[in-house]
Amino acid sequence: MSNLPLLTLLTLIPLAGGVLVAFGSGPKLARFLALVTTLLSLAVAVLLWATFDTTGIGMQFVERHAWAPSLGIEYHLGIDGLGLLMVMLTAIVIPFALAAPGKEQQNPKLYFSLILLLEAGLFGTFTALNFVHWFIFWELSLIPAFFLIKVWGGSQRTRAAYQFFVYTMVGSVTMLLAFLAIYAATGSFDFAQLADMARSGKLSSALFSSVGGTLFKTENGLITAVFFGVFLGFAVKVPLIPFHTWLPSAYAEAPTGTSMILTGVMSKMGVYGFLRILLPIFPAQVRALQTPLLWLAVITIVFSAAAAFAQKDLKRVVAYSSINHLGYCLLGMFAAVQLTDATAAWTNEKAAALNGVMLQMFNHGLTASALFYFVGLLEDRGGCRGLNDFGGLRKVAPVFCGLMGITVFASVGLPGLNGFVGEFLIFKGTFALAPWSAAISVLGLLFTAIFFLTLLQRVFSGPLPARWISWQDMTLAQRLTVVPVIALIFVLGIYPRLLIDVVNPTVLQMVKQF
Amino acid sequence: MMAWTIYISFLGAAALLFLPEDKPALARVTALAAALAGLALGLGGLIGYEQTASAGALVDIVKCNWVPDLGIHYHLAADGISITLVLLTGIAAVAGVLFSWNIDMRAKEFFALYLALIGGVYGVFLSFDLFQLFVFYEMAIIPKYFLIAIWGSTRREYGAMKLALYSFGGSALVLIGLIAAYIVSGLHTFELVDLAKFPFPPAFQNWAFLLVFIGFAVLAGLWPFHTWAPTGHVAAPTGASMLLAGVVMKLGAYGALRVAMTLFPIGLHTWRNEIALLAVIGIVYGALVALVQRDFKFVIGYSSVSHMGFVLLGMMTLTQIGLSGAVLQMFSHGIIAGLLFAVVGRMIYDRTHTRDLEELQPLNLHKTAFFTCLVFVVGGAASMGLPGFSGFMAELQVLVGAWQAFPLFAILAGAGILVGVAYTLRALLKGFYAADNTKPVVPPLPLPPITLPERAGAVLLITATLVVGLWPKVLLDLIIPAFQSPLMAPIWKGGVS
Repeated sequence: MSNLPLLTLLTLIPLAGGVLVAFGSGPKLARFLALVTTLLSLAVAVLLWATFDTTGIGMQFVERHAWAPSLGIEYHLGIDGLGLLMVMLTAIVIPFALAAPGKEQQNPKLYFSLILLLEAGLFGTFTALNFVHWFIFWELSLIPAFFLIKVWGGSQRTRAAYQFFVYTMVGSVTMLLAFLAIYAATGSFDFAQLADMARSGKLSSALFSSVGGTLFKTENGLITAVFFGVFLGFAVKVPLIPFHTWLPSAYAEAPTGTSMILTGVMSKMGVYGFLRILLPIFPAQVRALQTPLLWLAVITIVFSAAAAFAQKDLKRVVAYSSINHLGYCLLGMFAAVQLTDATAAWTNEKAAALNGVMLQMFNHGLTASALFYFVGLLEDRGGCRGLNDFGGLRKVAPVFCGLMGITVFASVGLPGLNGFVGEFLIFKGTFALAPWSAAISVLGLLFTAIFFLTLLQRVFSGPLPARWISWQDMTLAQRLTVVPVIALIFVLGIYPRLLIDVVNPTVLQMVKQF
Repeated sequence: MMAWTIYISFLGAAALLFLPEDKPALARVTALAAALAGLALGLGGLIGYEQTASAGALVDIVKCNWVPDLGIHYHLAADGISITLVLLTGIAAVAGVLFSWNIDMRAKEFFALYLALIGGVYGVFLSFDLFQLFVFYEMAIIPKYFLIAIWGSTRREYGAMKLALYSFGGSALVLIGLIAAYIVSGLHTFELVDLAKFPFPPAFQNWAFLLVFIGFAVLAGLWPFHTWAPTGHVAAPTGASMLLAGVVMKLGAYGALRVAMTLFPIGLHTWRNEIALLAVIGIVYGALVALVQRDFKFVIGYSSVSHMGFVLLGMMTLTQIGLSGAVLQMFSHGIIAGLLFAVVGRMIYDRTHTRDLEELQPLNLHKTAFFTCLVFVVGGAASMGLPGFSGFMAELQVLVGAWQAFPLFAILAGAGILVGVAYTLRALLKGFYAADNTKPVVPPLPLPPITLPERAGAVLLITATLVVGLWPKVLLDLIIPAFQSPLMAPIWKGGVS
């Protein structure tokens, strides 16, 4: 391992790029500079991937320095398989999103610098291991996202941006309060240290002796309340139904590039938070509430798939499908905390579910952002994005039809494409661990297939309306933009080991801890 | 060296009076020079203190007899808390002058009063003789009245009078308490350090604490004695609003902490729950009222009440972390409120001549005044307590302290933060962005461009909040040890020094 602080560099590159784009470039140069910056970050991410030790356990590329010692705040960075996966996903999706069609001609400098700021926030979130350090980036990513929706969004943008911001902040504040209670009790903000305390039961008793008493009668009541504070922060972000109401309008109103980042990466912040923070620090609470949590996951899966079915706006269809796909992640995760004998068979099932969750995070990030890209192209060309506004485009735009078709099928979960592997593993694990929830969730798969096929049919088949006769197929630049992503969809579908090798050690480590 | 912060301000004020009437530029430059000198002296004092003094020590600067018959000394000293607030005063003073650069009417008088106010503030933060502290405290009130009544706007006579009456009312309470302490102790001294060692009888402490604490806390905006604050802030000219929110409210909080709490620890324990409740009400009430204001400046005015509630709540936790959070919040709010008042009062109002959010909305200011919008976004983010800014580091500590002392209040204060997010966002959306799908009714006004002093002032304040937000150690290393000193430690160690 080199001595370069790669993770710091990873976060600094887009930050510096953002400042450069905002203050040091002309409007023409902005997109180019932004692209260079994100590609540079991608290079660092690839370097991390290449030098990552897949046999190692625990955090790698760790950087740890004192920050505000009197408050237990450390500059503490590190990645394991999960972190690496998310860093990679961010590094891939952001340059892809830069290429999306959109209205950023109005003030491109600001648009691209905000995107870069958002990227810095995401990298920071996925690498920081001390609560305060992590929280800075978690919140930092909110501001650019808010303005991206507010300034460049659709006709309902203000409401969408406001809802997005306030909903997320509600979760953030409850989470902050919960962590401050934990700090008041333990004097630590360090995720790993807190997880250790949780396993030994010290966390709960410390909380009760320093914070409890006046508000809660029992130790369990208090830590459950604290758990809910943290839970809400992540549940809003993912989102878990019923905390999802901000999402469809935010995704639909955001400009295409931003929708791609919102669904591709920002929704993963929530799942990542569940895996990195909530499950390790509150394993007992998750386990105690497993049945209701599984129900929420099941409802999220089935309801969002049904809702997607009812949408007339293509962006909203994709938005609800996004909730649906992340629902599988939650299902697998909550199933994996099931208390079982520590036999190899059960360990295998848990590992399968969690491997599936991580694969699904990555694959959904790719596929969903590609879907938003295609919908963005439709909107850009046609000026509308209703489910019934198009038809017969297959005849005039075969390449577009083919590539979008592949993405849709990846999203449906066709074997051989990337989406299949993650969902298969999640269901494999969940059927063993919590059969009933897996059984009901299958309904979600069915609905997904129905609405996605309907989408393909409405847009690409049938008679071609007269107004679309002169529809242009994708340009060379657009084809070149999506080809790498489509290629990844195939590669990861056929050879999922590329990802599994990276995350499996982390998963096994997690399984041991539950 | 730090004593010169006081003298240089008063000297500057005196020098201004001798300047010719018709040269406002000269008056500004003189004021800026004096303010900068104060800031430099404060910084120099900070560095000197860190190098020479042992952590937490109370370092005497000047100590000599003043009225020996009454045991009154002229005693200037500093510990980490004083230095933090002196530094704040320096920054706020410089920024205030920069944002008052457009004052043409009776400029030299304006800046003379302004510097006199600053001098009084420095004096309070450095005084360790109670009589002397009280003198400086009063000296800071009088210029405020004139600054508002002469150079103010909306209902300025009312605002100025209300502020002056509340301030004098508060100081009357303080004075009674201090004289009572002087008599009861029988020590024949006004030295804070000596009086703080005297075990006042509990029954006496119970009422004396209340008098002195409330007397000071009026100026800190303690609910329900806060009503002077929003009207005063709104009526004041920009530079004075910045000082009012930035440092004058801190005088109250500082006095409550330094005098009331150290002198009467038993009284403090008697009343802490009630006062903490008032503080939390202030946090939530201030935020809720800010949420429904039409006048942009009133939004900021009420947000000040809310944020000062965190200072008082932190003090009442009587935990080390809560107390250090309270002091850091004093610093942080001074910077952030100054920044927000500068945006509203100077960058917007002086250009558009309206502060009504409904009237500002159609102007779509984010297009015509991008820099102003940017500064408000940064200031707003800092004000709503986003991490990375000083407000977060301060409120974090206050909330940790509150969790340890009053868990329920921690939750309520958290709700206050959420309302803070909502009103800041509302002010941003209404103040700078035209509503969706409506054509801006007014054609974009060609607003006068942002001037260099405004840019410099904004950069100064933003830098300060960012530095402390990202590197809180700079101030915490001063503040936290200060609470270990024999004077301050009894507060949170429950009377054990």
